[in-house]
Amino acid sequence: MLQTENMIHLRGLHKSYVTGSNSLHVLKGIDLHIAPGEFVSIMGSSGSGKSTLLNILGILDNYDQGQYTLAGNPIVKMSETKAAAFRNQLIGFVFQSFNLISFKNALENVALPLYYQKISRRKRNQMAMEYLDRMGLADWANHMPNELSGGQKQRIAIARALISKPKVILADEPTGALDTQTSYEVMDILKEVNAQGITILIVTHEHDIAAMTNRIIRLRDGVIAEDIRNGEVKKIKEMAFAAAI
Amino acid sequence: MFDLDKWQEIFSTIRQNKLRTFLTAFSVAWGIIMLVILLGSGYGLENGVRKEFEGDAVNYLSINPGMTSVAHKGTKPGTPIRFTNDDRDLLARMPGVTASSARTRIFGNGIISYKNEYGAFDIFCCHPEYAQVESLVMTQGRYLNHSDIENTRKVVALGRIVAEALFKNGEDPLGKYIKVNDVLFKVVGVFDDPGGDRDMSRIYIPISTAQKAFNRGNSINNVCVVMDGATVEQSRQAEEAIKQNLSQRHHFDPNDTRALFVFNTINEYQRFMSLFAGIRTFIWIIGIGTIIAGIVGVSNIMMIVVKERTKEIGIRKSLGATPASIVGLILQESVLITAFAGYSGLVIGVVLLELVGNNMPNVDYFANPEIKLDVALSATLLLIVSGVVAGFVPARRAASVKPVEALRDE
Repeated sequence: MLQTENMIHLRGLHKSYVTGSNSLHVLKGIDLHIAPGEFVSIMGSSGSGKSTLLNILGILDNYDQGQYTLAGNPIVKMSETKAAAFRNQLIGFVFQSFNLISFKNALENVALPLYYQKISRRKRNQMAMEYLDRMGLADWANHMPNELSGGQKQRIAIARALISKPKVILADEPTGALDTQTSYEVMDILKEVNAQGITILIVTHEHDIAAMTNRIIRLRDGVIAEDIRNGEVKKIKEMAFAAAI
Repeated sequence: MFDLDKWQEIFSTIRQNKLRTFLTAFSVAWGIIMLVILLGSGYGLENGVRKEFEGDAVNYLSINPGMTSVAHKGTKPGTPIRFTNDDRDLLARMPGVTASSARTRIFGNGIISYKNEYGAFDIFCCHPEYAQVESLVMTQGRYLNHSDIENTRKVVALGRIVAEALFKNGEDPLGKYIKVNDVLFKVVGVFDDPGGDRDMSRIYIPISTAQKAFNRGNSINNVCVVMDGATVEQSRQAEEAIKQNLSQRHHFDPNDTRALFVFNTINEYQRFMSLFAGIRTFIWIIGIGTIIAGIVGVSNIMMIVVKERTKEIGIRKSLGATPASIVGLILQESVLITAFAGYSGLVIGVVLLELVGNNMPNVDYFANPEIKLDVALSATLLLIVSGVVAGFVPARRAASVKPVEALRDE
């Protein structure tokens, strides 16, 4: 039972963008297995294909070739309605620019995924309040996004990603718009979430952020160049430290 | 449709863009106001003309003798045609004729008096059936009857205005004797005529009595035949038959246009009514054109809305919004704007029409501009349909937005 062993299973994934007569081959055969409960960061320079990979993993974009299985569900070309259902039930998104809906207050933003699950208004507001409370933002429930700081917005976004009880959290540069202090706070929250057994994938180009995860996958020119696990990360750090001395 | 959350979403986006929404709504409301005013005025015109016809029945033919203009079977040109009681009897027997009456007007010194009150009024000498031609409504007593004709009774029916002029201080005219050209007539009834004041400044006396009392032998001026339930075609055929019959009797050329004048109200009425049907169609075309301009406006605005909300739509999709829910969101907003604006326009238009209708001086051929309930309802329905049409293309566009592209949109 290969599917159940892996939360995310990619084999020979290819993706090209065609613009006019030019074809840009972004992902050139990605093989990746991520077990349930892993906390993975994807690194790479811009143009390495990390965002494209994340979009494909989030079923926001489709791929050209290969196989992708998410929590046992084969993700093939499917109707937008079905993709929406998968996104709603399996995946929670966290974005660099938070992507809160500006004319909705914190509570409504957090409750939105449940709206698409057709959960009653009262129940979903109650649940959203719970999640906001977990993020320490219960007092800010009725504030609009533009009244909140970057860290608060990202915590709301995380609450929103968690409320549908997804299997995987996909975070695209979740700390990209935050200062160091706030970044670490957000990472602490993500660690806590991960500790509860939710698989987390973050795309980042900050080494210190990546170092807080348990596994770093480095992409280069559309292929996986490095795949380093926790213990190794520390080892590399020590080596780098030793080298510096 | 009755999803509270969806409504809240729509209201919050509308609040975001008050001016834009207002301008969009205004273009639709304006279209509807124009349509209502156009339709109302069309009805006003129609009502006005209908009112002009209302005084008389619209199912009779009035036949007036003229003067020959061509020689025919020994009749010289310039010979006046004179009708007698026999002409009325002849026409009464024609197929399709349901009632008929002779009519003779006594002009000029028609002095009518009661005690010290007197006045000059038109004197009409007719058969009882004439009440049908004039659409008379008796307010007191009765109209002339057959027994009056047979017994040449000196009885008279007064128009309301005549009665008011002769009988002051609320005196009851019934049973009183008035003098008509120095001959005493007994008042048997008072009538109203929807045709207006002129038609109520008349008195009616039996034709047989008039012929005797005023030395008119058996001559009559005119014959009116009522053809109840006749179609335009039937009335035209009857017109032809009347010309044929009378031309034989009076020895004139049936094609002589000066010898006989037939006024066919059935035909006239139908002509007006089909004219109004035409005007109505024309108004609807213009009105719908105006509304289409409004719809294009709404569609355009919704297009911009979709463009502006691309990112938001992307976020929603990443959170699990289905294409159907996105289409619903845009469509519902479009329907809401058009329906609300359209309904406001409808109300404003109707109020304007009422104001105009109530404060307008009494003019011929225009009365009671109004809009009927069924028209208002179909306009409302039209609006909801237009809202759907206006929102459809933008909604489709919104639903087809790829989430990854939408999220990239800054």
